[in-house]
Amino acid sequence: MPRLSIWLVRTSLVHLTVGITLGAVLLAGRELADGAWVVRLRPVHAELLLFGWTVQLIMGVAYWILPRFRAGRERGGALLPWAAYWLLNAGVPLVAAGKWLSGAPSLALAGRLLEVLAAGAFVAHALPRIKGFGSGT
Amino acid sequence: MIHLGGALVLGVLVQVPAVVASHPVIAVLFPTLLHLLVVGWITQVIFGVAYWMFPRYSAQRPRGSERLGWITFGSLNAGVLLRVVGEPRHALGEATAGVLVASALLQLLAGWTFVLNTWPRIRER
Repeated sequence: MPRLSIWLVRTSLVHLTVGITLGAVLLAGRELADGAWVVRLRPVHAELLLFGWTVQLIMGVAYWILPRFRAGRERGGALLPWAAYWLLNAGVPLVAAGKWLSGAPSLALAGRLLEVLAAGAFVAHALPRIKGFGSGT
Repeated sequence: MIHLGGALVLGVLVQVPAVVASHPVIAVLFPTLLHLLVVGWITQVIFGVAYWMFPRYSAQRPRGSERLGWITFGSLNAGVLLRVVGEPRHALGEATAGVLVASALLQLLAGWTFVLNTWPRIRER
């Protein structure tokens, strides 16, 4: 597994750990302490599990297993996928913080923009690698 | 696949007004449906495929601890099942006697054991 995939997958596991812990608090909180603070956890839980865990895990596995190039660097340039890693992991906490601090919509907006840039960087990296077996490059 | 099927059937039922009118519990099933799909199916598929294809832990124990893998499987499915039983009852205001807390703890156990078993396998071959 390449180094970037290790970072992506391990970071996704961190998000999974935190996200499911928040989910357990949310679910158990319905019987134990159904307060406003519990409800505010819901979008944070969803953000961590959807973008921090699922999207990031997919990016990590895709970087690892998508077809490689025959010439040059086998997985293409490293700049774009590393940019995607840092942009995503800057964006997810910003969105989560913006959702938690309900009076800070600009944080969530900034986080979403970083996530869009992360997706764009990853797509720009991955598109040329999506090709049929035996194709020339 | 069983969770996927269950979620899709519930997804149809919540869209049928006659069914919702005759069985009020159907109207509160959306969170249950969502978690059947996202935890019972998507998360479980990811766990299963990761257990299968991630780099080997060692020649003797290629997939790490098989026991932890089974604990993940058992607790995830028991947790989701308890949620299916308890969540609609709770939404209708009925006593659930700790079913949701048990469900939460089981799903937490599933996630943590998965992470524990998978983390050492995330490395260069």
